[in-house]
Amino acid sequence: MFWVWLPLLALFGSMLPGPLHRLRRIDPSWTAGAITLLGLGLLLPFGPGIVWEGYSYIWRVEWVPALGLSFALRLDGLAYLMALLILGIGLLVVVYARYYLSEEKRTGRFFGPLLAFMGAMLGIALSENLLLLVVFWELTSITSFLLISFLQHETAARHGARMALIITGLGGLALLAGVILMGQVLGSYDLSVILQQGDVLRAAPEYPVILALVLVGVFTKSAQFPFHFWLPHAMSAPTPVSAYLHSATMVKAGLFLLARLYPVLAGTDAWFLVVTTVGLVTMVFAAFVAIFQHDLKGLLAYSTISHLGLITMLFGLSTSLSPTAALFHFLNHAVFKASLFMAAGIIDHETGTRDLRRLGGLRRLMPMTVILAIVATGAMAGIPLLNGFLSKEMFFAETLDARTLFGLSWLLPAAATLGAVFSVAYSVRFIHDVFFGPLTTELDRVPHDPVRWMRIPVEILVVLCIAIGVAPALLVGDLVQAAAEATVQGQLPEHTISIWHGFNLPLLMSTIALLGGFLIFERRRVLFRWVEEHANISQGRAFFDWLQGEIVAISRRIETGLKTDWLHVHVRWLLAAFLLIPALVLLPIFPWEVLVHEMPGPVPMVLLVGGAVGVIGVVRTSGTPLTAIILLGVAGLVVTLTFAWFSAPDLALTQLLVELVAVLLLLVALPHLGTPPADRRSVAGRGGDMLLALGVGGAVTLAAWLQLSTTVPSISAWMLENSYPLAEGANVVNVILVDFRGFDTFGEVTVLAIAAIGVLGLLDRLSRIPAPEELRANTPLLLQAVGKVMLNLALATAVFLFLRGHNAPGGGFIAGLTAAVGLIFVYQVRSPTGDPVRRPASMVPWLATGVGLAAFPGIIAMLLGRPFLTSASIHLPVPIIGELHLSSVLIFDLGVFVVVIAAVMAMLPTLGRLPLADTYHAEREG
Amino acid sequence: MPLTVALLIGMLTTGGTYLLLRADRFRAVLGLTLLSYAVNLFLLTSGGMVVGQPPLVHNIAEAGGAADPLPQALVLTAIVIGFGMTAWLIALCLRMVIDEPVVAPREDDAT
Repeated sequence: MFWVWLPLLALFGSMLPGPLHRLRRIDPSWTAGAITLLGLGLLLPFGPGIVWEGYSYIWRVEWVPALGLSFALRLDGLAYLMALLILGIGLLVVVYARYYLSEEKRTGRFFGPLLAFMGAMLGIALSENLLLLVVFWELTSITSFLLISFLQHETAARHGARMALIITGLGGLALLAGVILMGQVLGSYDLSVILQQGDVLRAAPEYPVILALVLVGVFTKSAQFPFHFWLPHAMSAPTPVSAYLHSATMVKAGLFLLARLYPVLAGTDAWFLVVTTVGLVTMVFAAFVAIFQHDLKGLLAYSTISHLGLITMLFGLSTSLSPTAALFHFLNHAVFKASLFMAAGIIDHETGTRDLRRLGGLRRLMPMTVILAIVATGAMAGIPLLNGFLSKEMFFAETLDARTLFGLSWLLPAAATLGAVFSVAYSVRFIHDVFFGPLTTELDRVPHDPVRWMRIPVEILVVLCIAIGVAPALLVGDLVQAAAEATVQGQLPEHTISIWHGFNLPLLMSTIALLGGFLIFERRRVLFRWVEEHANISQGRAFFDWLQGEIVAISRRIETGLKTDWLHVHVRWLLAAFLLIPALVLLPIFPWEVLVHEMPGPVPMVLLVGGAVGVIGVVRTSGTPLTAIILLGVAGLVVTLTFAWFSAPDLALTQLLVELVAVLLLLVALPHLGTPPADRRSVAGRGGDMLLALGVGGAVTLAAWLQLSTTVPSISAWMLENSYPLAEGANVVNVILVDFRGFDTFGEVTVLAIAAIGVLGLLDRLSRIPAPEELRANTPLLLQAVGKVMLNLALATAVFLFLRGHNAPGGGFIAGLTAAVGLIFVYQVRSPTGDPVRRPASMVPWLATGVGLAAFPGIIAMLLGRPFLTSASIHLPVPIIGELHLSSVLIFDLGVFVVVIAAVMAMLPTLGRLPLADTYHAEREG
Repeated sequence: MPLTVALLIGMLTTGGTYLLLRADRFRAVLGLTLLSYAVNLFLLTSGGMVVGQPPLVHNIAEAGGAADPLPQALVLTAIVIGFGMTAWLIALCLRMVIDEPVVAPREDDAT
């Protein structure tokens, strides 16, 4: 089952090229190549079984079973063909890119996303679960965005990437909706279930909607009319990306999905009409447009769209052989188009331009390239003895065989021939304008054949074009047959692809195409003039730009109406909106009768009055910081007392200590903040704000009151009962923190550590400058004398609180804060803000130690095969203290303890040592 | 009792909200601190409010019951994290003061 690692191998492998390049100077192309090669090594051993024995494999791990989402993969003929293309062409593209990209562009930023894209594509190819497929589908959209925008300083690259992302991303959303509907109808997202239920789905009333949604996904991804216009703009990508994404893989993802869902969705009139028509229009239209492209890659892009249309149309025809023909062309197109993109890249690389009007006569300068390009172009045009010819012949045969479109029996074959005529015309133009005619004089250098290794990928592909063209049955016949049978999920009539079928209609159509193509090329000047005068070919882009412009304009209008840089204005809107919730929900159901018989006791009354003093005081004095901070302390004290009164001793302790540290913090920061500006809002405005605040406060009062007046069964009964028996702790709050819900606590100390590092990061640069003189107050002698004693006292108390925490109020948080208060005291006494006794940054290792300590017992538990943070304990008899209960949660709590101390010690002194703003600016200028 | 506690929470919220609506960093820090008091108390009320029954196993029989320990545990970490957030906010304010020394409202009362 090695193949199941394929998507993950490439996805995780995408993290390697960058770091290996930076740290070990390994060329990222080597890493990418090695990973791709490894992928091929995983895949190929399954080939014989799949191709000749008809094996298919399914592998699954449940992910979110309740949603029907599983990490389920399947490897059958179709998936194998797709994966083979992805990895095979991927390898050639990596080799090619190594020589195409200049040294400084050859970085992990190119090969990383390339591998990630490969992984996502493999995911699409191998998905058994349709939801999983959609996940990978969107991943290809995102990674292709990164690849197209690789040359990010170019506007065209950013624009093209954005357009591709918007179109394919929207298509992905449509697909997701379609897939979910399909899952709702059939009760499963697994292909093995879905593929058996085609009749059920086709009969379901939801079928038209599902078909439409899925097809939108397919047509956007595979650049079908009218969504085709993103592909030519995606040509702003580096050529290796175009060769990979826009010939062989990503644009084929849509077609792959058509094939994958063929047994379920195909076979109805709607399918036949829509898919065939869209494919037909795309094929003819894009081939016509391709003739008039002056950009080499633009021509290839439209040619790609046209060929994708051809394959789409084959799937639409739904004759017994059309899937085989479709997959055969699927393979052939990938081979010849990838080589053509690479050839175009070589020409661009050597001449510095892709403009057909500036090129010409290169055949003498680049003899090898011209041969390769001619063969590949021949395959594209459908010249006999090349692979493209064979699949095109099959295509012609199927159009003759198919049902009639719109009641016109000649329409399909005629349109197919017309498309082929255009196809020959643009192929001839491609070769003629680059290699023949007089030698161009517009180049600033003398082009020549590229280095050997840049040519090799093209040579391999071109040899394949010829080999498949000459011996199709021998080389790929069984592979295509296996893929086709996996597509239709059943036996297909034995069909041998052969070179010669005798004189028949398809051959006549091919001949017409060739002659017609040359004729059009001959008369091209007339056509060019006509097109320049009459047609704006890029309608799609114009519409897209118009729509995007409109949306942006509307957003701007809304923005200017609402926008302000003032955050509090946004807060005002937010709160006003928030008020709607209690007004609509709370007020109607509020049991006003409970209000009547309430007599507060004396203690709550004191708390209420104290709270009022604190809050009103803070608000009234908020212009004079020192007073406001002291009154904030009053409010904090009231909260502390409330905790204490209502049976929460741990909370009271914590709040008290945090209050101390927080007030210290505010005082330390005070000199830097300066006097807050006076509130310049008008009296009416302030009144409005007060009303809003009262509304919010009133709503919260009602909510709290409602919450207190209703009893809901609590899950804590279990914790109260089992705290001692299971965790051997009498302080249930602490047991919950370090044991029952230890994972939460672990997350929280991590957040605290991150906050501390954040403070250091924000102020790092500033704290290197010595603090100004006026802050270096002389420490009173008395404080110096008391300092050491205080510290010892604080530390002793901390140890006491820490050890008893499991059974009585205390524990890591409280003990840590206690110790920190003592340390801060001494720190401030000994080094009155100036002298660098200890650089606060040195706290970072302590933060890491703390988090590590907290994780340590959990990791040990995992190594022993238990869930993360499972606790264990031993009992030791110790003289004097009595029995000592040593538990793994003690180590966890120690970690909490260390993080809290280190966090406080990192934050406070950093803030305390800062220079004042003026000093800082003077320093910087001086 | 419930009304008293609810009123305390409401008061803290009102003060915090009003300060948050001022166009000033220092007042915003004060306001957020008041709001975090309110939120922590509010969280605690979800377990009901009882007097003299701390959730210590040995006390349960004597006190005739115990307060709900779960909200307490949640609030305990919330208090510490709230402190971390306040410190981070203050650091951010300092950084803003230092990075752009001119701190004067550019548009008075922008609504």
